Amino acid sequence: MKQFKKLGVGLALSAAAFIAHAQDPVKIGFIGTLSTPAGYIGEDQRDAFALAIKEGGGKLGGVPVDLIVEDDGLKPGSGKQSAEKMLQEGVRVFTGINFSNVLVAVVPSVVKDGGFYVSLNAGPSNFAGKACSPNFFSVAMQNDSYSDTAAMAANQLGVKKIVIMAPAYQAGRDALTGFKSAYKGEILAEIYTKLDQSDFSVELARIRSLQPDGIFEFLPGGAGINFAKQFANSGLNKTVKMVTPLYSMDDRMLAASGDAGEGFYLSTQWTAAQDNKASKDFVAAFEKEYKRRPTVYAATSYDTARLIGSALKAVNGDVKGKPDEFRAALRKAEFESVRGKFKFGSNQYPIQDWFLVQVVRGADGKLDYKPISGIAKDHTDPYASQCQMDK
Amino acid sequence: MYMLVEQAMNGLQYSALLFLLSAGLTLIFGIMNVVNLAHGSFYMVGAFCAAAAVASTGSFLVAILAAVVSACLYGLVVERLVINRLYQRDHLDQVLATLGIMLFTNALVTLVFGRSPPFVAIPELLSGSVQILPGLNYPVMRLAFIGAGVFVAIGLWYLISRTKVGMLVRAGADDSEIVEALGINIRRLFMLVFGLGALLCGFAGVMAAPLLAVEIGMGEKVLITTFVVIVVGGVGSVRGALLGSLLVGMTDSFGRAFIPIWMSKLLPPEYSDSISSSLVSASIYILMAVVLLVKPRGLIPAQR
Repeated sequence: MKQFKKLGVGLALSAAAFIAHAQDPVKIGFIGTLSTPAGYIGEDQRDAFALAIKEGGGKLGGVPVDLIVEDDGLKPGSGKQSAEKMLQEGVRVFTGINFSNVLVAVVPSVVKDGGFYVSLNAGPSNFAGKACSPNFFSVAMQNDSYSDTAAMAANQLGVKKIVIMAPAYQAGRDALTGFKSAYKGEILAEIYTKLDQSDFSVELARIRSLQPDGIFEFLPGGAGINFAKQFANSGLNKTVKMVTPLYSMDDRMLAASGDAGEGFYLSTQWTAAQDNKASKDFVAAFEKEYKRRPTVYAATSYDTARLIGSALKAVNGDVKGKPDEFRAALRKAEFESVRGKFKFGSNQYPIQDWFLVQVVRGADGKLDYKPISGIAKDHTDPYASQCQMDK
Repeated sequence: MYMLVEQAMNGLQYSALLFLLSAGLTLIFGIMNVVNLAHGSFYMVGAFCAAAAVASTGSFLVAILAAVVSACLYGLVVERLVINRLYQRDHLDQVLATLGIMLFTNALVTLVFGRSPPFVAIPELLSGSVQILPGLNYPVMRLAFIGAGVFVAIGLWYLISRTKVGMLVRAGADDSEIVEALGINIRRLFMLVFGLGALLCGFAGVMAAPLLAVEIGMGEKVLITTFVVIVVGGVGSVRGALLGSLLVGMTDSFGRAFIPIWMSKLLPPEYSDSISSSLVSASIYILMAVVLLVKPRGLIPAQR
């Protein structure tokens, strides 16, 4: 009899364990940049991702998820370390990284172990071309897109002579290469700044002597704020058009630059004024939850969360057991994007519309992005043809 | 010609920023023998407190006061709690501890002020630009920055060469053990020097806030250059810091302005861009190497 009791308890316990297992939340590894001056970007991305989970009542696509957040401190080494730790803990789905240099260190470890990486911002050229992987998806863009669309915008605006400027490191050089590939006018000078530079008076004096019609700069974060303030302070903004990606003048940077951002022309795939239901709902929910307006970083992070949700739903949370189905569901991208139209190209990078906005003073006296025109429809990247996927 | 004058003014303005930061650092290094990596943190604390003061009162004078007082107080707290215990330890311990303070301060400022960089407008009085030569306008804010640097340089000269405290500071830089043996409370002198250094950082922070982004980690960016300044100028001497600031500021500005232009004339474009950007980044370190070859203790070191 005693033996039977034991057996009964054992059965009950294992049944309980089985049920618990079935409800185990899917772990999502979110490695983001939360410290350093770029910390505000990681904060927006993390908050938007968490918002999507909260809206689903702790679930994405009806599947309970557990978001594990770690700070990479903008260091490829620590990003890789976090990823390897999470892989050992059984995490199969990763996202969060903002910077391409961290991403290229992390992705190979993740996909080698059969994990999935869905990028919410960085879209380096190597993973779009020769080094593409069936388990890597980029939701925001390919890195060339923000600069080649800015060049198309400069062509549209009739900018004949331009000075282009970026910090002397890989992403900066890529941005200038991307710009040159699409620009039709004359490039008066390519200026490379130091990576940690905060004073641009010297460059501004040189720009003044060159007398261009426009400037393209790729200076996200603090450097961009510095440049915008000093550009306005020098009086050059009265004669020279600034044509640049929205990433060089995002919402937070605009607020931190005072009036200095006024008149900037920006290329982007999303602003908070985007006219579709998903976007309007997202902006309202984000503002209600966090008392600030979401940046484009937040928007692509939210899209990433909902894309992952759509694929989790298709496999009912069983990423490990059904990786092929999970991948197929990601490729379909059946979710309502805040960007309206969204689909993946053959290299699993986005095909999307880009448009031009200008920073102007609204009726309320505040500076805001005003849509001007479309730049490119169904814009893709030049690397897709080099990508040979084996699955 | 105008470009030359304008770049010289830019160099002077950068020198003024470097001088405000390095004057304190060189005294702390020279007198207290402490390698203080947290020096840039006081600059950041000053800038953030100034931004908060401007946001709530709208007055730049209040912001100056807030920056100077907050940076000085924070400096004194750090000195009492941490630096105080490090005077007899070797430099590696000091580097570790002050690196820790730097990371701690970044997190503290994030907690108090949030991650979004705040905005500080150029005050009404200092906005716009004036004609300094016919046909050449220069922003008033930058002129004011140069003025602030000159003002502080004169103030420090008076303090150090004309007052009793200054005499002790000079004596402390030359030989702090003898000063202590003569019955001077050296610990109090150390605290004073540290507080003064932090105060100058706070002042640099508020002056820089309208021109530069106020952001987490803004101090680290300028810290290495500040160390280059005190190595070039000679550790422990404020005159050395002044000379070092001018040399480094001018080298950096003229290098950034003219190296790319010369290189594009000398070399074909596919090489000139990358070579000139590397040379520009290296210019102040080349200066430092040359100075160290000729004068291994810097240009005007404290006597020892």
